Amino acid sequence: MGLIQPAAAGDATEISAVSSNVLLTRLSELVNWGRTRSLWPMPFGTACCAIEFMATAASRFDLARFGMERQAFSPRQADVLICAGRLPYKLAPVIRRIWDQMPQPKWAISMGACASSGGIFDTYAMVQGIDTIIPVDVYVPGCPPRPEGLLYAIMLLQKKISGERLSDTELRREQTLGPDGLFLPPARIDELAEPFGNSVHQTRSA
Amino acid sequence: MSGADCAAALQGRFGTAVTRSWASCGDAIVHVARDRAHEILTWLRDDAGQQFNYLTDITCVDYRDVERPLEVCYQLRSIPRKTDLRLKIELDKAQPLEVDSVYDLWKGADWMEREAFDMFGVTFRGHPDLRRILMWETFAEGYPLRKDFPLRGRFTRAEQTRQALGANPEAHYSLEELAIAETWADLPADVRARLERGERGKVG
Repeated sequence: MGLIQPAAAGDATEISAVSSNVLLTRLSELVNWGRTRSLWPMPFGTACCAIEFMATAASRFDLARFGMERQAFSPRQADVLICAGRLPYKLAPVIRRIWDQMPQPKWAISMGACASSGGIFDTYAMVQGIDTIIPVDVYVPGCPPRPEGLLYAIMLLQKKISGERLSDTELRREQTLGPDGLFLPPARIDELAEPFGNSVHQTRSA
Repeated sequence: MSGADCAAALQGRFGTAVTRSWASCGDAIVHVARDRAHEILTWLRDDAGQQFNYLTDITCVDYRDVERPLEVCYQLRSIPRKTDLRLKIELDKAQPLEVDSVYDLWKGADWMEREAFDMFGVTFRGHPDLRRILMWETFAEGYPLRKDFPLRGRFTRAEQTRQALGANPEAHYSLEELAIAETWADLPADVRARLERGERGKVG
């Protein structure tokens, strides 16, 4: 973005009459500027991370400063899905349905250790990272993350959106489930769900 | 009369049906034979000297030792007498895991028995609606709180994810699932009025 430089001589009077009122920019930058500053979050709070999310939205940290004044409790009017908390397999089809209901453009933030990787819940009931269900743009580490962490993730997301190009149609392609009913290839899911930390000492019969 | 006195009274009345009576941390515990458990529980609830009118919890205990039987625990509370009693039924794991439902004695046993069924696979004979309550209906890996259940489940993560994503998310929340239509007459009047106004959709 930049203001028009005053033109040289000749038609100087004509241009100077309008120059202070004209702004030239690339269309994608204008669109991205609008999008970064009007992200409407769809909170998907399932656990203690949702408490931190509520603190982020409340007056002390004030999510509204980032254009998230309006929290969309309907996926159809939302831009950012924030999964705050652990996701059991029972909720996997629910978050997938919500993601499918959100219109483009849309982004996802995975808030906290459990949403990002399953966290301490390396069990039969828990999805090992929501990126095996939906595409994720920003991961927030922490258990739970402090509001500053979530705000930083939002700023990172804004930075990411600022770099998007309208000509890149791949960005806005709807990523649906494959014919096998999975979002990722099975081998990729198994790889992502590999145990780590203390979990490697547990037994599994698979 | 304390819990220990209850145990003594039980042994006096039911004799060999009470197989063991002991105390742990001050709590009276009695083991009873499976076939007479319902009769004993009925007596504990209705006898004027017992009055165990509140069923705190039903759960099961599975021990890692495969030889040890699986236990079904009833935690009873007598509100008027301010007394607790724990009653256990031992089930041989080689036999079908079946006990009589106590839903007819305490309505609150409904979901507790469903939970015990969901987590341990114990069948409660006579339960009106015995199906999974915490795990989803299509969960096919078995009974998670059994000691022989691997912590991460029996299937691969990919298979678990595939089955989970294949489930219909609305099936968990439909009116049929909540069984409102069947218990229409039991609902409080204000809830019925709200439902009739259509606050939760049409009810037949």
